[in-house]
Amino acid sequence: MTVTLYVSRDSAALALGAERVVTALIAEAAQRGAQIRVVRNGTRGMLWLEPLVEVATGSDRLAYGPVMPEDVPGLFDAGFLAGGRHALSLGPTEQIDYFKRQERLTFARIGLTDPLSVEDYQAHEGFAGLTAALAMKPAEIVETVVASGLRGRGGAAFPTGIKWRTVAGAEAGQKYIVCNADEGDSGTFSDRMVMEGDPLMLIEGMTIAGLAVGATQGYIYCRSEYPHAVQSLQLAIRLAETAGYLGKNILGSRRSFHLEVRKGAGSYVCGEETALLESLEGRRGIVRAKPPLPAIHGLFNQPTVINNVITFASVPFILAHGAQAYQDYGMGRSRGTLPFQLAGNIKQGGLVEKAFGVSLRELLYDYGGGTLSGRPIRAVQVGGPLGTYLPESKFDAPLGYEEFAKAGGTVGHGGIVVFDDTVDMAKQARYAMEFCVVESCGKCTPCRIGSTRGVEVIDRIVAGEKRDTNLTLLRDLCDVMVGGSLCAMGGMTPNPVLSALDHFAEDFAKEPVR
Amino acid sequence: MTISTVDDDISATIAPLKDMPGALLPMLHALQDKFGHVPTDAVPVLAKTLNLSRAEVHGTITFYHHFRQHPAGRHVVHVCRAEACQAVGADALVAHAKRSLGCDFHETTRDRAITLEPAYCLGQCAIGPAMLIDDDIHAKVTPARFDSLVKGLRAGVK
Repeated sequence: MTVTLYVSRDSAALALGAERVVTALIAEAAQRGAQIRVVRNGTRGMLWLEPLVEVATGSDRLAYGPVMPEDVPGLFDAGFLAGGRHALSLGPTEQIDYFKRQERLTFARIGLTDPLSVEDYQAHEGFAGLTAALAMKPAEIVETVVASGLRGRGGAAFPTGIKWRTVAGAEAGQKYIVCNADEGDSGTFSDRMVMEGDPLMLIEGMTIAGLAVGATQGYIYCRSEYPHAVQSLQLAIRLAETAGYLGKNILGSRRSFHLEVRKGAGSYVCGEETALLESLEGRRGIVRAKPPLPAIHGLFNQPTVINNVITFASVPFILAHGAQAYQDYGMGRSRGTLPFQLAGNIKQGGLVEKAFGVSLRELLYDYGGGTLSGRPIRAVQVGGPLGTYLPESKFDAPLGYEEFAKAGGTVGHGGIVVFDDTVDMAKQARYAMEFCVVESCGKCTPCRIGSTRGVEVIDRIVAGEKRDTNLTLLRDLCDVMVGGSLCAMGGMTPNPVLSALDHFAEDFAKEPVR
Repeated sequence: MTISTVDDDISATIAPLKDMPGALLPMLHALQDKFGHVPTDAVPVLAKTLNLSRAEVHGTITFYHHFRQHPAGRHVVHVCRAEACQAVGADALVAHAKRSLGCDFHETTRDRAITLEPAYCLGQCAIGPAMLIDDDIHAKVTPARFDSLVKGLRAGVK
């Protein structure tokens, strides 16, 4: 009897040696005359357990991990193909506490299926949303997304349905759907997990958007730092076209939607939507002034829906289950779920999809298990490099867009980066300014030059030069950046700087190192 | 004669992409994939093909960190220095990498084996520090692991 094993093809698993584990499994099975079939799935998101090997036994999949190539003979000795106990046994994958307590709507399939199998996708509700959308009028699709309460998951949290309604109402010969897959925020990898682990879901979401607003061409702008994601998207697009779900005359509906992957080129600011559009058009990624909004004058000056990967990926569920089913999750004006990403110095790092309303404390301790180093958590940066640093006193604020903002935080794209008590917050503040120096597009002076001055001022503060004067100067500079920048790059770089100053002032007041 | 051969190669590389909307970035990627960098000779060809000024093409090449104007070493190593990796020792790894390779960021080792570049997030934020060797990703990289990977690169194993 052939036993089916699952070993992830997600780049996180590959980075930890999954390829060598697969080679070892196949070699050992051949040597022992055991019949195995290895499916390369997405990752379950429990990244501290990767490379994770799952064995299909009857109704359950049993997990073993993290598995190194040298563990493989021992696993065979323990009879793991029949579910035998081993030191690396984790029990049924879906019963692992970290996984079991999540609310996986968008990530329901990721880790379960082979991302490059249309059959597997269909067998797990794949294309149910698209099929439903094809039976609806475009305006009904838009109103369903409006009613779901879905907001932009890239960080800005603008209501998705409203954006789509604007594009649907615009008159134009050509409209576009653009996916922002330039996931540059440190601490975030949920877009990458979708692109590598369930690319057909993104394709389905974008196709539904195309049907809703009357766009026939879409682009996925994926960062060049994600070679595995680019490759899996390209393969998935071909698979979807061959199966009739993408391209001309989708499922015989006489409606068409074409999709193409475009690779970024290592510019963080191209994650800003107007810079991204410039880049797609073949220019420097210089931010555009808004208005006009991309919904009216977007790509090639045409009406354009531009959304983040997770936004599009949330849409198939909404169409398949109805707006209410999504709307039922969440708190306040933050409806549905968000895939939170636990990163940095964290014992159990990975992806946790939960309804809005969960607290940082719950994510950091109940899921994350505290720091990897075993030392106390001192600071947490939520929402990427432009997000605020928060001390422990803020860990109980619920993660909803408005609620968390009230506590001084930014939910952003849901990345949570943990630092232990060895962190030097003056250094982190300096890094925030330095990052802005490297990545500013250069259009706005406060961002382009202010960031360089910011690095210098922080250096002077740390060196103990006229501290009070320079601290005032730093706050003034941040004020100019906030008020005088077109986009979040210059406008939000002060977030990590000022929050470090406000919550960790002692790090700026240390005896200078000579 | 060599020059005209390179010019032919440049034209042949970008020709299939010339009808793409917004073709400049795909063309620059194609050129860098083929030559390892964007050759200076490509600038006038790109400008002519896309009806742009040379300044616009040059400006675009220099805007993006990914595009290089000079050949890199045989392998390009990107070490992540973003916050999540910093929280688990990226700064120490970066210092070690520079010391052991004897070169700074954006520089190439003397034997031309390795070009060192910074990356601002490789999407492996739960299992840092991360680095990318050409298109191969590695996580939880310690200085010792870095040395053994680099040794492997020099010996020709990946």
